[in-house]
Amino acid sequence: MKIAVCVKQIPDPATPYELDAESHLVVRPQDQVLDDTDRYGVEIGLQLAEASEGTVTLFSMSPSGSLQGIRQALAMGADKAVLIDDQALRGSAALTTARVLAAAIEREGFDLVIAGTESTDGYTGVVPQQIAEILDVPALSFARRVEAGDGKVTIERQTATGYDVVESPLPAVLAVTAGSVEPRYPTFKGIMQAKQKPIENLTAGDLGFGDDDVGIAGSGQSITAVAPIAGRQAGEIIEDDGEAHLRIVALLEEAKVI
Amino acid sequence: MAILVFSEETDGHASASALELTSKAAQLGEVTVFHVGEGSADALAELGAHGATSVHHMDPGDGLPAPAAAAAIADLVGGDAPAAVLFGMGNTDRDVAGRLSARLGRPVLAAAVDLSIDPVRVTSEILGGTQQIITEATAQAPALVIVRPKAFAANDTGGPAPSTTAVAAPDVGRSGSAVVVERHVEEQEGPDLEAANVVVSGGRGLGGPDNWHLVEELAAELKGAVGATRAVVDAGWVPYSLQVGQTGKTVKPTVYIATGISGAMQHMVGMKDSGTIIAINKDADAPIFGIADLGVVGDVQQIVPKLIEALKARS
Ligand SMILES: Cc1cc2nc3c(=O)[nH]c(=O)nc-3n(C[C@H](O)[C@H](O)[C@H](O)COP(=O)(O)OP(=O)(O)OC[C@H]3O[C@@H](n4cnc5c(N)ncnc54)[C@H](O)[C@@H]3O)c2cc1C
Ligand SMILES: Nc1ncnc2c1ncn2[C@@H]1O[C@H](COP(=O)(O)O)[C@@H](O)[C@H]1O
Repeated sequence: MKIAVCVKQIPDPATPYELDAESHLVVRPQDQVLDDTDRYGVEIGLQLAEASEGTVTLFSMSPSGSLQGIRQALAMGADKAVLIDDQALRGSAALTTARVLAAAIEREGFDLVIAGTESTDGYTGVVPQQIAEILDVPALSFARRVEAGDGKVTIERQTATGYDVVESPLPAVLAVTAGSVEPRYPTFKGIMQAKQKPIENLTAGDLGFGDDDVGIAGSGQSITAVAPIAGRQAGEIIEDDGEAHLRIVALLEEAKVI
Repeated sequence: MAILVFSEETDGHASASALELTSKAAQLGEVTVFHVGEGSADALAELGAHGATSVHHMDPGDGLPAPAAAAAIADLVGGDAPAAVLFGMGNTDRDVAGRLSARLGRPVLAAAVDLSIDPVRVTSEILGGTQQIITEATAQAPALVIVRPKAFAANDTGGPAPSTTAVAAPDVGRSGSAVVVERHVEEQEGPDLEAANVVVSGGRGLGGPDNWHLVEELAAELKGAVGATRAVVDAGWVPYSLQVGQTGKTVKPTVYIATGISGAMQHMVGMKDSGTIIAINKDADAPIFGIADLGVVGDVQQIVPKLIEALKARS
């Protein structure tokens, strides 16, 4: 089985994000990490590939020059990566991201595309469905517990009230949720091998996109204002001295819920 | 200005988000609803009561509804395009929004908390709710907008039943070939999480599934609902339907009690608009204390049992 896994490189969530004053876009440092959400997609891809003697190719789009996040996913065991890295892509909308990724994936060929449900920094949560529509295949979103083989894929799909079992022929796109599997940690050997694994670099132009189709120009939207939100203030903080529950009871009374 | 609202039926009712969005859209212009599901009389009446004048209704059968729904909406908005198509954050909402976006070549403006039209501008909160941005749709109409739950109030204004048109599910070929083979509804006790007056949520700080009864007992004493962080949902202690946050439910109860929860921004966006927030965490530096009206630094396993006892003693 030929498995494509979409992985996003994002600024380290442990550091505060900054917005560029002029473009209002998140400032992307040179070194970006693998979005934690996508470790689950990589893990599922690896498990399915191991069960089917398949291959896992990573696809990532970013205008930052970063390889760190891709190397993290290669170190987990993916075979190779296709990186579309181009300054022209700065400020791209989700739809552009999906078009670029879909073009790269189609060029490579695929049985299954795996993405995360929602990226940590973008959280539009529509890229996988857009990719599916462009590639004209089913999209199995909110997927946990994935099984694939015999030309089909079966998943449990989280719903607001429980879950559905959904079955689809391949090829298909999967958007997986975090709870599905426990992502493996790269071994030392994996980290060393990752340095030798092939990373193909493409530009938007290599995939047939003009500069006006992508980036801010092709996004179909513009950010007109950014303003800080007056946050909720911290209230009273007390150390439990064995009697803190009484203070909670008093506040529940004040709020008239008891 | 015409506005189209997406609605999905569950248990014979229109989605909560559809009623919120219809109410908002009715203030901005004329509302048509695209409704997916069986099309029960109750669901249609609810949509009318909240301001929809006409409803297009499509029954997807056992297929995943999004590919056919996106194709049908694309047909509908092809000629005289509405200013905007509004979606909630439900699974099908997002699936349809994504597919429709690719079909029409329009971006999706996501996570909106406010909206104006002519031109379409949405307000959304970014960076964990610390900043808000206003984004204007500059592509041709319709603008596709995904709106966060509870951004707008549902208003039953007593409107009449809408005129209804049945739409046949278009054949979308390969895209539409996924089918639902089983449906599982996880039984839930107590009040509905999204509507409850009190929510008691637990996080990893509970220590393990064996201690989860503390959260349940406290919620029961307060006639409240039980919520959870993604960490404990992922760990399998409780089902996903209890998850509060960015990828779970959004709650605005009178009182929210967070026990053993660190306060990751993805959790806080789902509960920060609660009336009174009470947090119990043994780490004085936990971010949840930054938004709590009362923060108790201490051990949940010590405090919660005493709190339950104190509440029992009152009743
Ligand atoms: C794209 C994306 C979407 C996400 N969506 C969501 C979402 O919808 N909802 C959500 O909740 N999370 C979501 N998350 C995950 C989120 O980032 C956090 O990982 C999660 O909320 C942490 O859960 P927690 O507070 O239970 O666990 P932890 O962060 O591990 O916190 C546990 C806390 O318990 C405290 N503690 C430990 N022992 C005790 C004790 N005995 N007594 C008192 N306190 C104790 C600790 O001090 C700690 O603060 C999302 C993440 C991503 C990347
Ligand atoms: N720039 C990108 N490169 C690779 N994959 C991406 C990119 N953006 C989004 N994705 C994939 O799409 C999923 C959903 O992202 P989003 O729509 O941004 O919330 C992510 O978890 C990734 O798997």
